[in-house]
Amino acid sequence: MEVLVFLVPLALGLGLVGLIGFLWSLKSGQYDDLEGAALRAIADDEPALPPALEAKPSTGRPA
Amino acid sequence: MQATRDFSHYVRDAGAGLSHIDLAVEGVSCAGCMSKIERGLSAIPDVTLARVNLTDRRVALEWKQGTLDPARFIDRLAELGYKAYPFETAGAEAAEAEQSRFLLRCLGVAAFATMNVMMLSIPVWSGNVSDMIPEQRDFFHWLSALIALPAAAYAGQPFFRSAWNALSTRNVNMDVPISIGVILALGMSVVETINHAEHAYFDAAIMLLTFLLVGRYLDQSMRRRTRAVAGNLAALKAETATKFVGPDEISEVPVAAIDPGDIVLLRPGERCAVDGTVIEGRSEIDQSLITGETRHVAAEQGTAVYAGSLNMTGTLRVRVSAASEGTLLAEITRLLDNALQARSRYVRLADRASRLYAPVVHATALLTILGWVLFGASWHDAIVTGVAVLIITCPCALGLAIPTVQTVVSGAMFRAGVLLNSGDSIERLAEVDHIIFDKTGTLTLPDLEVVNASGIPEDVFKLAGQLALASHHPVAAALARAANAKAPLADAVEEPGQGVRATLGGRELRLGRPSFCAAEQLASDSQDLDPEASIVAFSDGEKSYVFCVRQGLRPDAQAMISALRLRNIKVEILSGDREPAVRAAARALGVSDWRAGVTPADKIARIEELKAQGIKVMMVGDGLNDAPSLAAAHVSMSPISAAHLSQATADLVFLGKPLAPVVAAIDFSRKALLLMRQNLWLAVVYNFLAVPIAISGVVTPLIAAAAMSGSSILVMLNALRARRVADRGS
Repeated sequence: MEVLVFLVPLALGLGLVGLIGFLWSLKSGQYDDLEGAALRAIADDEPALPPALEAKPSTGRPA
Repeated sequence: MQATRDFSHYVRDAGAGLSHIDLAVEGVSCAGCMSKIERGLSAIPDVTLARVNLTDRRVALEWKQGTLDPARFIDRLAELGYKAYPFETAGAEAAEAEQSRFLLRCLGVAAFATMNVMMLSIPVWSGNVSDMIPEQRDFFHWLSALIALPAAAYAGQPFFRSAWNALSTRNVNMDVPISIGVILALGMSVVETINHAEHAYFDAAIMLLTFLLVGRYLDQSMRRRTRAVAGNLAALKAETATKFVGPDEISEVPVAAIDPGDIVLLRPGERCAVDGTVIEGRSEIDQSLITGETRHVAAEQGTAVYAGSLNMTGTLRVRVSAASEGTLLAEITRLLDNALQARSRYVRLADRASRLYAPVVHATALLTILGWVLFGASWHDAIVTGVAVLIITCPCALGLAIPTVQTVVSGAMFRAGVLLNSGDSIERLAEVDHIIFDKTGTLTLPDLEVVNASGIPEDVFKLAGQLALASHHPVAAALARAANAKAPLADAVEEPGQGVRATLGGRELRLGRPSFCAAEQLASDSQDLDPEASIVAFSDGEKSYVFCVRQGLRPDAQAMISALRLRNIKVEILSGDREPAVRAAARALGVSDWRAGVTPADKIARIEELKAQGIKVMMVGDGLNDAPSLAAAHVSMSPISAAHLSQATADLVFLGKPLAPVVAAIDFSRKALLLMRQNLWLAVVYNFLAVPIAISGVVTPLIAAAAMSGSSILVMLNALRARRVADRGS
């Protein structure tokens, strides 16, 4: 049972890391737009267009 | 005098040589819109950040200071097909956002602590029935204490504060038994751990906080979202005023950037966006949005005008006054203050429940302690059992019973087009059995429409619409809109105070006053039929026609009135408008209870009279004159087009042209009240079953944890049923 001496602090340490991670993500605004984040994850990366073409968007998506 | 658009009021310094602006955007709903907007805006040189927030429907933009005009972003978004307008975060919304983050932080801390304490508790529970040695158990208990105590001290803050506030005003709310339960459970567990006891309740206490924080957070984010939507709608109204920045120089600025003492220009056909006094010019104004009176009043030097008035004929210069200067406004403010004081007496269902609940629970715990002592148990054992009663009855399910239903039902109402201003309005709305409607702007739409279009040949109508494009008069604008006219006639001339004329193919066309178009007889016939309408005449050579223009009823008003009757709700109309106008509307809707020419004080008197008979009255109104009665009624509702003060006073705000959201809101609130009561009963039944076990002293932390999560989940699942209501002819 001596293994507890380092297993328990390890478990607590991992828990603490998780908590700090959560607080950091909250502070950096990652929970401000939950709906957008859900869609950003699956949005396609479209190839960057030169600005001249960008000026006339022709993606034809419904507004 | 060329007006420019000036949005500098909304631009913030973001530091590091960057400027920042937030825009509310209409119609962003998908991932495609998001990337389209972000790429479209990022393509503008010198833009350093363009990020869409899909939840709030807003865009945050940053650019190098001094390089770009914010109006350019709005134009670019318009090119992309989105209506956008700068947005200023109101104080209340910022506070809600901060509160929401704090609750999420508390929830995070509590949830992590629960998980880690559970990780320690489960070995203890299984060890207690197998071979765990007492030293190991103590070690695990101390570790649990190390996690649970600081976590509870932090995550319990929302409850402790609210309980303290309630107690210091000699009240009891749901947070009082919660706080007492958590503190006692933690305190007893520490004492038990010191005494090497078998059971400690650190897990139960922190788990309770986690569940309750879930409820609180849901509640808070529902309110935050409603506020964000309301803020966007306000911003997208894009209310601007034409302000004099020099003796002859004008600039179009957002209303937020106008201060008392400024002078603004009000042209014909414009709606006034500020309160003030006319200092120059002569005109007729339509104050129906403010007083309910549809007849136009003359405005000249010294006349007070209010935000929402429509300027009809002449150009006015208005000096902006501070909020409470006008006599009408001062009177309304006084009535409003009185009414608001009376309203705060309403006690919410949750508080009523906790007023009953707290004494019963605390008395049971005390009796348990005394009972065990009488039966010869030691004081220590008796107190441990007493605290176990408090833990098992701690209102986990009770605390979730109402917020979960509120969250679910406000989401459903939101989809039906109703925004909630206050959380407890759902309970009050469900009790309504009498509705008082205002007429102008509530049963009718604020926009003018042509009511006799079907009786006029199509080509004549089209021609009149084209001619109407030459005039700024609101009645002409309504005619042009109804005729869907796009191409103005070439040589149309406006004769001030008379109308417009033009020649087409050798014939003279005239549109305007009946006398201007030689159509007096026709006009007076129509006026007799529809006394409320504004008559505009049109002549094409020798032939003449008249158009009746008026505020039309909301498209589904009649159906909704019958739907309300079906729900056993009495309907009444109280209007500040003239008698013939109100009679016509009441007859069209089949409402027999109506009164015209009612003052704000009379409206309150009528509400008080009904209240005295024990009737729960809902007031639905939009005008400034309705604000006091909105506050005096049991519950109140405003359309989104209402005056600012009325909208802020109403408990609910509905969107769009139809009246259907009013009925939907009633259906949802009734269902919600039913579910809230059911949930409270579920919690009571749970306590009824669990308390005897606790009193008998056989509760282990395992039983407490299982009972708590079981009842909470049951209540949450029941709350989800509020998403749908049975369709009953609405």
